[in-house]
Amino acid sequence: MSGKPKLHYFNGRGRMESIRWLLAAAGVEFEECFLETKDDLTKLQKDGSLLFQQVPMVEIDGMKMVQSRAIANYISAKYNLYGKDLKERALIDMYVEGITDLNELIMYHPSQPADKKEQHFATIVDKATNRYFPVYEKVLKDHGQDFLVGSRLSKADVQLLETILMAEECKPDILAKFPLLQSFKARISNIPTIKKFLQPGSQRKPPLLEKDVPKVMKIFY
Amino acid sequence: MAGKPKLYYFDGRGKMESVRWLLAAAGVEFEEEFLETREQYEKLLQGGSLLFQQVPMVEIDGMKMVQTRAILSYIAAKYNLYGKDLKERALIDMYVGGTDDLMGFIMMFPFLSAEDKEKQRAVVVQKATSRYFPAYEKVLKDHGQDFLVGNNFSWADVHLLEAILMVEEKKSDVLSGFPQLQAFKARISSIPTIKKFLEPGSQRKPVPDDKYVETVRRVLRMYYDVKAN
Repeated sequence: MSGKPKLHYFNGRGRMESIRWLLAAAGVEFEECFLETKDDLTKLQKDGSLLFQQVPMVEIDGMKMVQSRAIANYISAKYNLYGKDLKERALIDMYVEGITDLNELIMYHPSQPADKKEQHFATIVDKATNRYFPVYEKVLKDHGQDFLVGSRLSKADVQLLETILMAEECKPDILAKFPLLQSFKARISNIPTIKKFLQPGSQRKPPLLEKDVPKVMKIFY
Repeated sequence: MAGKPKLYYFDGRGKMESVRWLLAAAGVEFEEEFLETREQYEKLLQGGSLLFQQVPMVEIDGMKMVQTRAILSYIAAKYNLYGKDLKERALIDMYVGGTDDLMGFIMMFPFLSAEDKEKQRAVVVQKATSRYFPAYEKVLKDHGQDFLVGNNFSWADVHLLEAILMVEEKKSDVLSGFPQLQAFKARISSIPTIKKFLEPGSQRKPVPDDKYVETVRRVLRMYYDVKAN
């Protein structure tokens, strides 16, 4: 039948990283096909593989899925990372959408023009520490449970850990005022599938270096 | 217990319009509280009603839901507009992702300078006719069914109709190369709940104008220049 999921993207984080995290957390092995040049993208576009001419694209269960949210939702539902009912799903969706907003801010940092970089960095730190982290700190404080929603691991926990680690790459002490997020980070990082993903040699991608931005831009523009 | 859903937003389309469409399509009556002043917004903030300090916010089933995508997914699932299984949901999510991206090009329109508006209009039309409409035209052509997914009315159909009408407001003959979409538009517009929503006097909001822009800027203290993407 269908083999392992196959991810089509460039060899970097971007919008595919959250999907790598989810598959890894669920203990699902996957393959990757890296776009290196514009021709690689054009080829995929021409053979009708990309519904809206864009990547990420994931071949999974006989589908060529595009749209990172759609892909993440499918994986989460399939592997029981989406809560047990509609209301838990609503909470998970709210938390994930919020953290995705922060994640995207950080994602776009390497490609900011030189004169905007400092301000952009300040925005990241401001939003992380004043808008987003306080929310998740309060959620954990209010219910006192190990996971964000429904007392078990969900997409929300995985994406929050992913974004915390990205934020720490920007500012190592960014969790200083958030004791519950610190213990959350330790706890979720220790889950065997996630622990494995955090080790060297996994399919987790490093942050994009400024010097590599032009190469990535060439693929897409 | 649970009354009608209550929508908190400006008196205009923005990110809330898709929610209005979906509730209307599902035949669900809803109330609206329009943000007119900074004070109203600060009151909502201080009351802890806005999880990430942002609107849209919808009070529904005892929750104060924020994040448009989360709200829409909840409504779609609750009112059986989200397909019958995981795979149909996957298709709906993909299609809605596309129309969301397309409508995103239109969302900042009212905030742009006159010159940028013209440029953005061209971008919207180009994306619609070369990327998005062809995708949906092909979906409909390939299966020959009335609805995008699973031979059943879903969120994807509502969202696509909304997007089509918004793009037509920028170029009235934009569907001329897309016969399937023309028929789709007529068909979905005739669904009784949608037909009602399209009539004058419904809660559907008009094309945003300067007054809307002024209100948003004032309430959110958003005075920076908006550039097209």
